[in-house]
Amino acid sequence: MKSIKTWILVVLASSLLVACGQSGGGAGSKKSKTLDNTKKAGFVKCGVSQGLPGFSNADASGNWTGIDVDVCRAVAAAVLGDADKVKYTPLSAKERFTALTSGEIDVLSRNTTWTLSRDADIGLTFVGVNFYDGQGFMVRKNSGINSVNDFKDGISACTNTGTTTELNMRDFFNSKNIKYEPIAFEKADEVVQAYDAGRCDTYTTDKSGLAAQRTKLSKPDDHKVLPETISKEPLGPVVRQGDSVWEDIVRWSLNVMIEAEEYGVNSSNASSLKDSENPAIKRLVGAEGELGAAFGLDNEWSLRIIEQVGNYGEIYKKHIADTNILPNRGPNQLWTKGGILYVPPAR
Amino acid sequence: MNFKNFKFDLSNKNKDLIPQVLTVLFIVLVIIYFTINAQNNMGNRGISFGFGFLSQESSFDITFSLIDYDGSHSYAKAFLVGLLNTILVSAIGIFFATILGVTIGISRLSQNYLISKAAEWYVEIFRNIPLILQIFFWYFAALRALPLTIDSINFYDISFLNVKGWYVPRLIWTNFSLFIYSLIAAFILIFFVSKYAKKQRDEFGKQIPVFYISLAILFCFPFLAFLIGGVTLSFQIPELTQLSKTIYVYQGGVTIIPELISLALALSMYTATFIAENVRAGILGVSKGQKEAAASIGLTKGQILKLVVMPQALRIIIPPTTNQYLNLTKNSSLAAAIAYPDIVLVFAGTALMQTGRAIEIISITMLTYLSLSLSISVFMNWYNKKMAIKEK
Repeated sequence: MKSIKTWILVVLASSLLVACGQSGGGAGSKKSKTLDNTKKAGFVKCGVSQGLPGFSNADASGNWTGIDVDVCRAVAAAVLGDADKVKYTPLSAKERFTALTSGEIDVLSRNTTWTLSRDADIGLTFVGVNFYDGQGFMVRKNSGINSVNDFKDGISACTNTGTTTELNMRDFFNSKNIKYEPIAFEKADEVVQAYDAGRCDTYTTDKSGLAAQRTKLSKPDDHKVLPETISKEPLGPVVRQGDSVWEDIVRWSLNVMIEAEEYGVNSSNASSLKDSENPAIKRLVGAEGELGAAFGLDNEWSLRIIEQVGNYGEIYKKHIADTNILPNRGPNQLWTKGGILYVPPAR
Repeated sequence: MNFKNFKFDLSNKNKDLIPQVLTVLFIVLVIIYFTINAQNNMGNRGISFGFGFLSQESSFDITFSLIDYDGSHSYAKAFLVGLLNTILVSAIGIFFATILGVTIGISRLSQNYLISKAAEWYVEIFRNIPLILQIFFWYFAALRALPLTIDSINFYDISFLNVKGWYVPRLIWTNFSLFIYSLIAAFILIFFVSKYAKKQRDEFGKQIPVFYISLAILFCFPFLAFLIGGVTLSFQIPELTQLSKTIYVYQGGVTIIPELISLALALSMYTATFIAENVRAGILGVSKGQKEAAASIGLTKGQILKLVVMPQALRIIIPPTTNQYLNLTKNSSLAAAIAYPDIVLVFAGTALMQTGRAIEIISITMLTYLSLSLSISVFMNWYNKKMAIKEK
C-alpha cells in the first residue's frame, strides 16, 4: 500500500506543478506586459551579437559597447531611469528570433535586417532603422579584382549562415550568371579564419561588417572592400509582436536620439535647453507636452536618453567613426545633411 | 524462484497495475499540457504552425551536394541534400573508424612494446580531447598547411590537393546501368558459390577456394560488360583555370571539399579510440584456454585470430561498437562549425533562419536523427544476432 500512496502523492504534486506553470506562463497578452515585467525585474533584457565591433562588442571586462547596444541603453534609460540597467544576451544569427519570440529577451538589437517575411511571418515587429547598410565583397588586394564585374565562374565566397547575405549572394551571382561556390559558416570568427587561410576568394557580408571584420585578419592591409553594394540592409531593433506599448517605447527611444541630433540637442547641453525658444526642443527635453504619458512613462524619459546615451551623431562618432570602421556616415547622415535618416516628429 | 509461495492474487496484480497506469496517465498529461501551452503561446505571438513551407523555394545555394540542387529548388530538397551529406560523412567516418579502431585495438595487445605503447598513446590522446576542438584542429590546421591553388600538390597530373579541396577526375560512363547490372549479377553468383562451398565443406570436408573464385567473378562480369555490353568509362581530369591575377581554380573534375575531409578525419580518429578499446576488451574477453587449444592443434597465429578468437570476441565487441556508430552519426552534427553542409547547417541552420519555423524544423531534424540512429541499431542488432553463438 505504501507504494500506491507514494505514487498518488507524486502524481498530485506533479499536477500541482503543472497547474502553477499554467497560471504563470502562457497567459494572454495584456497591454504592456513587457513594460510591467521589465520594471519588476529592474533591467531590460536585450539580445545582442556575439561580437561585432562598432555595433555590439564586449570588452575584456564584459562591458558592452556599440550603436546596437546604445538602443538597449536608451530603452533602459527611458523605462528604468538608468542606461546601465541592461542584461545583455549574446546571440547567434540562428538563435536571435527564437530568443525574442520565446521571451528570453525583450529587445533584439543585433544588426538585424528588416525584411518583409521576417516582419510579417514569424511573430516579430521591426521598430525602425538604426543603421542603413548594404552587402559588399572583400577581396585580397593582389587578386586583381577591382569590381564585382571581375568575378568569374568558379569563384568561392565565404559568408555566415542564417543571414540575408546568403540569399543576396545567390541573387547577385544568378543575375550575373556566375557559377560560384558558397561556403557558409555558423560564426563570423570562423568565416574570418577560413577567408584568411585562403579557403575562399572573397568574403561577403554587410559592408559595416566587412569593415569591422577586416581588423581581425592577420594582415588587414592586404585586403580591400569592393565599391559595389549589392543589397539594401536596413538594420534595426526588433520586438515581439503583440505588445504595442513596448513596441512604441523601443521605436521612440531610437527616434528621439535621431531627432535630438537634428535639433542639436546632445548629452552635454540637453538639461540646459529646458527653457529653449524652440518648442520641438522643449518637447524633447521634457519641458513641454506630456509625451511620456502615452506609453506610461514620466515626462523626462527622452531627456534621460539624450543625457545618458547621447544623440545619434554622438553614438555614431563614438562607436563607428572614431573606431575607423566607417568614418564616413554615408546614408546614415541626417536628411537635412544629405543622408536618409528621417524620423517622424516627436510630438 | 520458489513457485510454492507465489500466489496469483487479483489485489496483488492491481497493486502493480495502478502505479503503471498512473505513470502513463501522468506522461500523457504532461505531453498534452506542453502541446497546448506551445499552441497558446504561438497563437498569442501570431506564429502559425505548419509544414507548407517545405514546398517553397529555398533561394539559398549549398556548396556540396550529392544530388542536383540549387536555390530554385524547395526546402524539402534542401533537407534531402543535408540529410545525404550527413549520411555520407557518417558512412565515411564509420568505415575508417572501424578499420582504424580494429587495427589500434589489436595493436594494443601486441607483444611488441613499441606498437602497443604507440596504440595506447593514440587512444589516450584522441579520446581525451573534445571532438569539436579536434574538428577545428584538422580543419584550420589543414587549411593553413595546404598550398594555394596555383601551388597545388600534384598527384601524377590527374589529381590535385590544395586549400580549396581535393580535386579528382570525374568518371564519365556510357551504359552505366549495364555495368551496375553486371555487378549485381556477380554478387548473386558469388552468393550461390559460397553457399555451395559451405555445403561441400560441411558434407564432404572439401575445401573450395571461395575467395579467389569470388574475386574472379567480380572482375570477369564487369569486364564482359565492357567488352561486349558497350560500357565505356573515361576520365575528365580537373583543369586549372585562372579567374583573375592571383585567383585560380580547378574545374571539370570532382571536388572533395576540405570541410568533408577534415570532418571525416576528426570523426573517425576520435571514434576509433573507443572502438579500439571495445576490440581490446573483446579479445581479452575470450578465455586463454581457447587460444591455447587452437595453438595445440597447430593453427597459426593469424588463423587463431581469424577462426577462434575473433568470432567469439565479436559478440562482446558489437553491442558497444553500435553505440559508437550512433555517437559518430550524432557527432557529425558538429559539422556546422566548419561549414560542412550537413542537415544541421543546411536545414536546422539556414532554412530555419529563412523561414523562422523553429518548432517544425527542429522536430523534423530530431526525428531524422532518431530514424538514422534506429536504422543503424536495427542493422547492428541483426548483425549481432547473426554473430551470436548458435547452440547446436
